[in-house]
Amino acid sequence: MLSRTADHLYWMARYMERAENIARILDVNHRMSLMPQSDSQAEQAWGATLRIMGLEAPFHTRYGDITAESVLDFMIFDAQNPTSVRSCLRAARENAHAVRGTLTSELWETTNATWLKMRDFDSDKLYDEGVSSFFEWVKFRSHLSRGVTLGTMLQDEALRFIRIGTFLERADNTLRTLDVKYQLLLPAGEVEGGSADFYQWSALLRSVSAFEVYRKVYRDLITPARVAELMLLRVDMPRSLARCMKEVFNNLRVVSNDHSAETERRAGLFEATLRYGRIEDIMREGLHNYVVQALGRVQDLGNRIADDFLMPVSRPALAA
Amino acid sequence: MSKRSFYDEMQDATGGVRAHYKAYADWLVEMPEDRLAQKRAEADALFHRHGITFAVYGEKPDTERLIPFDVVPRIIPAHEWAVLERGLKQRVKALNAFLRDIYHEQAILKNGPIPAEQVLGNAQYRKVMQGVKVPGDVYAHIAGVDVVRAGEGEYYVLEDNLRVPSGVSYMLENRKMMMRLFPRLFSRYRVAPVDRYPDILLNMLRSVAPLGVTDPTVVVLTPGAYNSAYFEHAFLAQQMGVELVEGQDMFVEADHVYMRTTRGPKRVDVIYRRVDDDFLDPLAFRADSVLGVPGLLAAYQAGGVTLANAIGSGVADDKSIYPYVPDMVRFYLDEEPILHNVPTRMCRKPEDLEYVLANLADLVVKEVHGAGGYGMLVGPAATKAEIEDFRDKLKQHPERYIAQPTLALSSCPTFVEAGLAPRHVDLRPFVLSGEEMQLMPGGLTRVALREGSLVVNSSQGGGTKDTWVLEA
Repeated sequence: MLSRTADHLYWMARYMERAENIARILDVNHRMSLMPQSDSQAEQAWGATLRIMGLEAPFHTRYGDITAESVLDFMIFDAQNPTSVRSCLRAARENAHAVRGTLTSELWETTNATWLKMRDFDSDKLYDEGVSSFFEWVKFRSHLSRGVTLGTMLQDEALRFIRIGTFLERADNTLRTLDVKYQLLLPAGEVEGGSADFYQWSALLRSVSAFEVYRKVYRDLITPARVAELMLLRVDMPRSLARCMKEVFNNLRVVSNDHSAETERRAGLFEATLRYGRIEDIMREGLHNYVVQALGRVQDLGNRIADDFLMPVSRPALAA
Repeated sequence: MSKRSFYDEMQDATGGVRAHYKAYADWLVEMPEDRLAQKRAEADALFHRHGITFAVYGEKPDTERLIPFDVVPRIIPAHEWAVLERGLKQRVKALNAFLRDIYHEQAILKNGPIPAEQVLGNAQYRKVMQGVKVPGDVYAHIAGVDVVRAGEGEYYVLEDNLRVPSGVSYMLENRKMMMRLFPRLFSRYRVAPVDRYPDILLNMLRSVAPLGVTDPTVVVLTPGAYNSAYFEHAFLAQQMGVELVEGQDMFVEADHVYMRTTRGPKRVDVIYRRVDDDFLDPLAFRADSVLGVPGLLAAYQAGGVTLANAIGSGVADDKSIYPYVPDMVRFYLDEEPILHNVPTRMCRKPEDLEYVLANLADLVVKEVHGAGGYGMLVGPAATKAEIEDFRDKLKQHPERYIAQPTLALSSCPTFVEAGLAPRHVDLRPFVLSGEEMQLMPGGLTRVALREGSLVVNSSQGGGTKDTWVLEA
């Protein structure tokens, strides 16, 4: 397959997954903001959302104070923000458009229809009707893309690069989501293990659709170590880091070429350390430090995959 | 209805329905009119969802428009098609013979009716092709010949498109759409199928591979996703099951062309290129082009790769060469042309210019190198100011223009705001030339949606129809 084609497929999948994850993270924050809290807490929480996505600076150059509405505007509709839901869905569609011949018509039509609907969303109407239904919509469109991908695409290289894109992006997002908790301060007077603390951890679980999963797996109280274990090491949990890396590694092995051995080795090593890792060791080392280090490894793999398989091409900048 | 001055595909001069439209007219009577409106809306929604759109140059980058699709088919009876088929094959055969000749012996320039400077001084003539041998002596592998009907069995060729003719994807998609919208209508007619086109195209491309290549790799070369015809490039690549490449995906080494794949370089043997000559190779043509492949021309000249269509084909479809095509048929094939040429005045000739200036209000004036319906004057439809404006241009650069009488393009019933009404149509059938010649029974019918308009180009508000060639 053409390197450029692989590149478009990979980015199509990453952007679609990213749109979903932004919706998830915003949804959690939105739900938390409905709890009784002071203005400064609310501001702090929305600020943390921007921080984990590395978007504090661009936000402040374009908007003034942090309010729920301004952050939602910036993260959902802002065409100038390359990481807004709108920009991601558009980028997914542009990448699909560039290789539409490689996609099944169902997958192309799904991706195209998602963008057409997003383009026509009216922000005023959205706030009247409640943003949660919008986040649901984004998640379902992403579910639909994935389902159509698995249900219609030939199991060849094209599918492998799509899957690598999906899981590398998801690994990145799972790590960032876990880090939200680190960035959040507990309200004054609250203690670790208290009700506000519980609420934050459970919101975090919900953001990765893992609240019920947690109950099922642990049948016990929510504790930070168990949440971290679920999100990092449980290979049966579809959004965990371990599952993501397993998928990345397995798909990489199928597309392997003459110069990809080192990339495969690093992916395999990472996968193995997750498979045999223990949460106690990670917690002892410090969860935040672990997350930062793991994000580095995910990024390294992304760079190496680009060098080994995907021709670095200068894509025309997306117009507003 | 007032008396028509043009031929209608469906109704004869007395308002009766022509034999080949009879079954359609019967069907139409049973169909309530709001049903047609509903079907058209359905077609629009489907085309949008499928992303069968085109970009319009000069508009915002986000703009992707649908080419309006009309739900009334254009029907051509078998006996008329038989004549068209013979005429089109004859014409394309002569055009290929002409191209081979001018890039080799130039017999037609020495002993024939065409003044040498008309060819050798033409911007589309590529000196670099002189003496280059191309597989099977085929230059114009894919030709989209624009034909209009003026009267009963009377077809005129407007243009021979031999560079990168587009529109075939609409021929295929329109048929799919009609079958989806009106399945039962197809049981009333024996419509010749067109859906084998991608197979036939692939076979043709493989048949012109460089000598000695037994299992050729074919690719489609596109300028990219922002090109107005990108949908078609992607569509054809997908339907043929070959790679859709951009210039940046390929490189040349030792007179062979390779594409960059996830598993390393892979040799390319035949390139169905949808990029104009000027942009194919920055080393040979426009140096600022990023759409091409450096060194491609050298590999081509050395016979390492086949390009379809050949570099330099454009000289044969140039409007200044067009008047000589009937002569080519006589010169190379020793036959009389089956299809008419539109009588054409060449404004570079003083006597023709004089005539054109005196009759501007009745003529269609075209730029010799223009395309897409841009930069032309349709005398009868133009305002006084537009005519005077053109008069100045003509006087300044007469050699840039040709003029033709305003043809009474035939009309075909078309579904417009007010219901069914006649609108003018043309027809672009596609002729494939490889080891043998083939013509799809069908083509792209373009329709001028504005009342009275004769301009069918999609960039100028034209639409398309499904074209039914009936089986005998």
